[in-house]
Amino acid sequence: MTAPLDVPGAAETAQPEAVAALAKSSDRGRSLGQIAWMRLRKDKVAMIGAGFVVFMALVAIFAPLIVRFLGHPPNEWNQEMIDPILSTANQPWGGISPDYLLGVEPVTGRDIFSRIVYGARISMLIGFLATLVSVVIGTVMGIIAGYFGGWVDAVISRLMDIFLAFPLLLFAMALVGVIPDAAFGLQGNGLRIAILVFIIGFFNWPYIGRIIRGQTLSLREREFVEASRSLGAGNFYILRKELLPNLFAPILVYATLLIPTNILFEAALSFLGVGVEPPTPTWGGMLSEAVDYYNAAPNFMLAPGLAIFLTVLAFNLFGDGLRDALDPRTQS
Amino acid sequence: MITYIFRRLLAGVGLLLVVSMVVFAIFFLVPRLAGTTADGLAARYLGRAPSPEAIEAVKERLNLDEPITVQYGEFVKGLVVGTEYDSGTDVIECSAPCFGYSFKNNTEVWPQLIDRLPVTASLAVGAAVIWLVVGIAIGVLSAIRRGSVLDRVAMMTALAGVSLPIFFTGLVSLALFSYYWRIFPPGGTFTPFTENPLAWAHGLVLPWVTLAFLYAAMYARLTRAGMLDTMGEDYIRTARAKGLPERTVIGKHGLRAALTPIITIFGLDFGLMLGGAVLTESTFSLPGLGKYAVDAIRGQDLPVVLGVTMFTAVFVVVANLIVDLLYAWVDPRVRVGA
Repeated sequence: MTAPLDVPGAAETAQPEAVAALAKSSDRGRSLGQIAWMRLRKDKVAMIGAGFVVFMALVAIFAPLIVRFLGHPPNEWNQEMIDPILSTANQPWGGISPDYLLGVEPVTGRDIFSRIVYGARISMLIGFLATLVSVVIGTVMGIIAGYFGGWVDAVISRLMDIFLAFPLLLFAMALVGVIPDAAFGLQGNGLRIAILVFIIGFFNWPYIGRIIRGQTLSLREREFVEASRSLGAGNFYILRKELLPNLFAPILVYATLLIPTNILFEAALSFLGVGVEPPTPTWGGMLSEAVDYYNAAPNFMLAPGLAIFLTVLAFNLFGDGLRDALDPRTQS
Repeated sequence: MITYIFRRLLAGVGLLLVVSMVVFAIFFLVPRLAGTTADGLAARYLGRAPSPEAIEAVKERLNLDEPITVQYGEFVKGLVVGTEYDSGTDVIECSAPCFGYSFKNNTEVWPQLIDRLPVTASLAVGAAVIWLVVGIAIGVLSAIRRGSVLDRVAMMTALAGVSLPIFFTGLVSLALFSYYWRIFPPGGTFTPFTENPLAWAHGLVLPWVTLAFLYAAMYARLTRAGMLDTMGEDYIRTARAKGLPERTVIGKHGLRAALTPIITIFGLDFGLMLGGAVLTESTFSLPGLGKYAVDAIRGQDLPVVLGVTMFTAVFVVVANLIVDLLYAWVDPRVRVGA
């Protein structure tokens, strides 16, 4: 485990002379971070992904405003839109009109557009927070395992293997099932969201942990760590000031790629009926209600399905682009 | 080799112990930490609106008033040698391996699990065959024709594949192929293989393809990345330099090395899936283990959920063990290292 050569992202501050030698004349004086940013901006597909991510984040933040101008309150029943016999929309195309941009739900007549817009809030919130939990635990465990090695590494690595072997979806379902309606000083949807964030985040940390451990293993043998130690720096100082900044790139990349996984996971739990409680709109919950109407009201099924698909795809495109941009091995 | 197998077996048993502790903690310790009383917990094992007598009886039967360690001991004892749920007035037998007892439906969970296993196994095996063949083939082709139109189209499709929730693709495929075109039967139809192999396969095509699409996308991405790594190795250049045909270079030298990490991931994925392809089974209403667990959650029949979770964990551990042994067989370095 000495002198590893290819450490994507790690070179950000470690090899200034190599950068200067490699850089074209126009790139002179730019940091690797700036170079990565330039490469990312040239990657059109990744930028489209990034654009859509920003768009969805804005939709989530300004949901009440958007709905006030373009839709109806998400939980308002509009029975005048529903055919009393068929219990689907009494207008063609599932009720799609300037008034109801994506049509109305069968039976209740709730505005699908408003519910999609509000659903973005739950998806984005849980996706981000759960990823944050994973990243914090994964980074701490990975860096400790990689830096100290020996039995500490053995224990943490084994722990990661065990976590990866868990039937996560079943666990999540079970946990939601056993926790009472009010606990830990929270109740209702606040508690549900907290539980979901905890479960999704807590059981996904080994993915980040493994990567950080691998990177730390090679970083700790580098000269700048040696130099810091010979100057009398303690372990904690080296971990925080020398290693952590160099791990920023892989953390950023894998966090970006973990968010869509977590969004899919939240949607799956909502689909199974163990997510945030109705009538709060969630994309997965809408899909599970659409199951009985996939022939009578295809718009009810397609709207949340495409919302999930496009959001997750956008994050994946952006994450892939980010990884390529930050990886010194891929040259454009 | 014998010591290696023995050590892996021992590690497997250890893993099973840890997993059983975590499963147990989720069902019995976490609710306590969250402030549930023994009565409240017992009520969760009985479905909606149980009577006070029933709650009292379940509390007795599961020893919910006893310390957590005693409860765990009973739980493990049930798994290994069977147990008796004694309420003070009457006794319910649960023979080994006792994966729990559904007080709501008055049945042991184990026979129910065995009943539903063929459905899940049919789904998992069929889908796995499709996704391994398609995923690895596409991954290899993409890697050797890197940058070509084929590579780009395949990788965009794969990225879309991993971004699509399975319960959405499942619904769309049902709407198209079962409702509009009526090529395949609607969800909820399962014919046992022993009854009519053709009807069995016909009913499973949609779930197989839906499930395989997601995993084929993942495996194509993995295979491509692995192949690109190995094809850059020196021994590939050596193989080419000594005049081996390209087929042999790719198949015997490139793919063989690229496959090892895929075997590991496949073991995990397949083990998890045997414990219930929860989402696929729910979408297609297939009466497998995953659907069993989901229905149990909806009906607040917790012993069933516990049973399925534990059963899945066993599959994952066994799958891991098989992968470890396969490794030793494929890669001689593992044997020597052990």
